[in-house]
Amino acid sequence: MSIKGKAFIAGAYEHPGRELPDKSIPQIHAEVALGALADAGLGLADVDGYFCGADAPGLGGLAMADYLGLNLRHMDSSDMGGSVYMSHVGHAAAAIASGKCRVALITLGGRPRTTSLRAPGQLMGEPPEKYFEPIFGANVSALYALAAQRHMYEYGTTSEQLAEIKVAASVHAQYNENAMLRKVVTVEEVVNSPIVSSPLHRLDCCVVTDGGGALVLVADDIAATLDRHCVKILGHGEAVEHTRGGWQDITTTGGVRSGADAFGEAGVSRADIDYVGLYDSFTITVLLALEDLGFCPKGEGGKFVQDGALQSPNGRLPFNTDGGSLCNNHPANRGGMTKIIEAVRQLRNEAHPAVQVPDCELALAHGTGGWLSTRMGNATVILGREGA
Amino acid sequence: MSTTELPSPKPEIQPETASFWAATLEGKLLLQRCSDCGRAGYYPRFVCANCHSTGLDDFEATGRGTIYSYTVTTRGILEYATAGSYVLAMVALDEGPKMITNIVECEPADLHIGQTVEVVFAATGGAGALPRFRPVIRDV
Repeated sequence: MSIKGKAFIAGAYEHPGRELPDKSIPQIHAEVALGALADAGLGLADVDGYFCGADAPGLGGLAMADYLGLNLRHMDSSDMGGSVYMSHVGHAAAAIASGKCRVALITLGGRPRTTSLRAPGQLMGEPPEKYFEPIFGANVSALYALAAQRHMYEYGTTSEQLAEIKVAASVHAQYNENAMLRKVVTVEEVVNSPIVSSPLHRLDCCVVTDGGGALVLVADDIAATLDRHCVKILGHGEAVEHTRGGWQDITTTGGVRSGADAFGEAGVSRADIDYVGLYDSFTITVLLALEDLGFCPKGEGGKFVQDGALQSPNGRLPFNTDGGSLCNNHPANRGGMTKIIEAVRQLRNEAHPAVQVPDCELALAHGTGGWLSTRMGNATVILGREGA
Repeated sequence: MSTTELPSPKPEIQPETASFWAATLEGKLLLQRCSDCGRAGYYPRFVCANCHSTGLDDFEATGRGTIYSYTVTTRGILEYATAGSYVLAMVALDEGPKMITNIVECEPADLHIGQTVEVVFAATGGAGALPRFRPVIRDV
């Protein structure tokens, strides 16, 4: 059963805070939930389906359902790291399409900036790889750096090309008053910033912020009653990549498969896409996604991102017009949610006028969760204007 | 820069990893080979990640490989939080599988992808030694 056209994003809300030391994590979930529901013209009493990541406080979503007083017929706290919000859009659309729920709420909230819990996965129990990877000092930036280094070796990608991705994000972020980093940077400033994990510099890395976001999905007949431009779910795909027992290709992601599935379900082509929200934990994450989703051939991501290709409104493929995780926010160490929210803004013509893509009809949001190179969730959604 | 003074956390031993870690104390790097598909695999586990057979047998690897990718990282966490900069690498073993490890006894600036490396074992004070790698110095 295809989800195409069966569900609509009726509400979206991004927490404006970037440092929230005086709020509990459940409170952040609640604030974004209320924000997204208000955006849709709905309330908590309307929600009968709830989705969150496994990092939500308590036992999956059960504690949050209690905290919010939700009356649920459907709940899903499956996890794919920061890509799980694309995944949950697909899962929620499927639940709506099969009649399991009619109003689905998806929330994200976290405080990695003002608490000491900065290492993702630490709360997830004892992982089987712990004594074969972290024991050697494998950290998030180093694992992504391994992919970047190998991509440079195989394809001749340069630090300057990766820097173009940060530059585009910063050009957009200057218009976002909530963005953590609003200064427009140059390629030279990126490549001259300190090395974090070679070849990745500090400015190749995303910001760490508190905050969160939420989405509300509704069935088509509910969407028709709402006084709101809704965004149609057209396609979804997800794929998990891993070490394959040590035989992994670290320059290719599961985006190849999640993207193909999403495009197949939506029945649209790469050339039809007006805007992309791409997970940007690091600049290399964006480059690999562009290649693996098919916006350029494998190995040519470096050339693709040159010459302002990602800059809105004049670039060939505008991306992350809120500044993305590279400049705006990366709440809870998870960047998937905000990529979808900005795609919704674009499709509703509600992005900042300086970065709004003219006549934005079709958008793609893609997440890369977990740890590139070793164990990685990938999820892609294709969204369209209400009549798409 | 020396990378020989890295932290060496003690591994926690699971039943399926016990033979791997016991061998490290004897200076041996064990891999598993699948008796059905024939492929060597890393890290040790109960089921073949390629064909899903449970017919996995330990064998001693040569301990040689090449650098598939590497990074000099300054942002260690957990036991490595105060380690300074160190080399994290993915080494492609001669038997095929790649493993996350460190390159030690090297000048990081001299490393390159494709470089030949060999295993060395760092004592942890626990029931296993950490398999790290160093560049092979060729006779001239």
